[in-house]
Amino acid sequence: MSRESIFDCVLILCLAAVPIWAHFAEEPFIITLATRAAIFAIAGIGLNLVLGQGGLVSLGHATFFGLGGYAMGILASHAQTYMPLSEWPILIEGTKSMPVIWVVALLASGIAALLIGALSLRTSGVYFIMITLAFGQMFYYFAVSWSAYGGDDGLSIYLRNDFPGLNTLDPIQFFLIVFVWLLVVWIFTATLIRSPFGLALNASRQSTERVETVGINPYHLRLTAFVISGMITGLAGALFADLNRFISPSMFSWQTSGEIMVFVILGGVARRSGPILGAVVFIALEHFLGGLSDYWHIYLGALLLLVVLFARGGLIGMLLGRERVHE
Amino acid sequence: MNKPLLETRDICKSFGAVRAAHKINLDLRSGEIHALIGPNGAGKSTLIQQIAGGLIPDSGSIHLCGEDVTKQSTVSRARLGLARTFQVSALAMEDSVLQNTLLGAMGKTRQSFKFFGAAVSEPTMRSMAEHALERVGLIDYARSRTSELSHGQRRQLEIAIALTLNPKVFVMDEPMAGLGTEGSQQLTQFLDGLREEAPILLVEHDMDAVFALADRISVLVYGEILITGTVDEVRSNDAVREAYLGSE
Repeated sequence: MSRESIFDCVLILCLAAVPIWAHFAEEPFIITLATRAAIFAIAGIGLNLVLGQGGLVSLGHATFFGLGGYAMGILASHAQTYMPLSEWPILIEGTKSMPVIWVVALLASGIAALLIGALSLRTSGVYFIMITLAFGQMFYYFAVSWSAYGGDDGLSIYLRNDFPGLNTLDPIQFFLIVFVWLLVVWIFTATLIRSPFGLALNASRQSTERVETVGINPYHLRLTAFVISGMITGLAGALFADLNRFISPSMFSWQTSGEIMVFVILGGVARRSGPILGAVVFIALEHFLGGLSDYWHIYLGALLLLVVLFARGGLIGMLLGRERVHE
Repeated sequence: MNKPLLETRDICKSFGAVRAAHKINLDLRSGEIHALIGPNGAGKSTLIQQIAGGLIPDSGSIHLCGEDVTKQSTVSRARLGLARTFQVSALAMEDSVLQNTLLGAMGKTRQSFKFFGAAVSEPTMRSMAEHALERVGLIDYARSRTSELSHGQRRQLEIAIALTLNPKVFVMDEPMAGLGTEGSQQLTQFLDGLREEAPILLVEHDMDAVFALADRISVLVYGEILITGTVDEVRSNDAVREAYLGSE
């Protein structure tokens, strides 16, 4: 077992151990913090696929995070008010079922990623950053003016959605759901990175010409990665909305895109557990420094600056060094 | 004479006032090595770019295995059987030598959309990649990071990747550059045998290698073919001596 694999296991075990301890110590707020970290980690893992493996700096991943959130909010609010979403041509009712909401969130963010990616991936570099940002802002301003679902004020959902056999209002049980999703997503992306697809995607980041001259279309690789990445981030959005029982246009904002990027850069771009460590450190800083000062972001900024300047490969790179080949 | 596998017909390319290619007719037939020589700035790399699909000619056409590929992408041309090596190595430097070679095998077997199972453990692709690395003498470096290879070894790796494609045509842009005398001789010997598998369009500045290998030579000067002929014809041509070879 490599050092990195051992590190991954320890990190994931710690993330599970803290809320379990908090459950027995009757500290539900700590469980909520861990749940938040796990959700952010899922969003970061989604972004890391395109940023780390594909070299695509997307500043519009909040689009998918927001779409996941709004998928949850819209379905749950209609279930809450017993008003169908549509009556004609087919009757579509709202739902409080988490699995159904997840499917809708995955589909909505996947379709959006396909459309946005198909256009954005025709550009590269700074143009790609700007076009993804523009899409994000488009959705943001749409959500602000969408008064049917709260507009600028957002929308509250009174009860957390249901999952068969679990009491989702119990913090530890909801954490369990999120943690299982984190494991699924982490294992899925770790497998994907090692697969032929992952190898080709990573090579396309390093040399587009190389990939093309062996007969592999880099655009198709990037678009597929973008869709998978958008879906993962969309799922995180749905879970985040359920955690807070609240959605608002800020889920679509460019600050959210920036935060997701911070998790990845802080932890380690292209490192499979980078986003998990990044999200945990972010939440920890938010909690501890946020208690000391309202201006805690300045410390986060300083840390980010130090990491970018002195720790190539983020905190994981600092702790474990460069990733070995063939891992 | 057999039909050409690769052919350019009257291709022209200009960049503003600079004429990089003017009515270039070139062909490559089965079993031969056709060398393309010329001074720096003659338009060799632009021509290779047009043949490989990186640039579209302003006029004229390019035919690969009987098919007009003038408007086709690099990807389509690679799938049709064109394998190219680069003057400046285009490799995934952070990846291992084996992983780079696997890319070729992946392109050949069309497995780039396989999402599960480790790429390095996939038996068919791995044996293709290892076989190619063995042939170019890089098998001992399979697990090394590509950025750690010497310049010459990177050229060998480029050739290994081209071999995994099992192509119908090789287009090699200065494969001897940076190899040193011994390396050049070894590669010359290797390419000599390779022409039986697929013909090679060879752009090269190492004249010893070119004269040892080429069945035909085309001399490109200021975007135009000065002459196409055998080694002796080219060596004895006064215009070529003046423009490129000198009076040696």
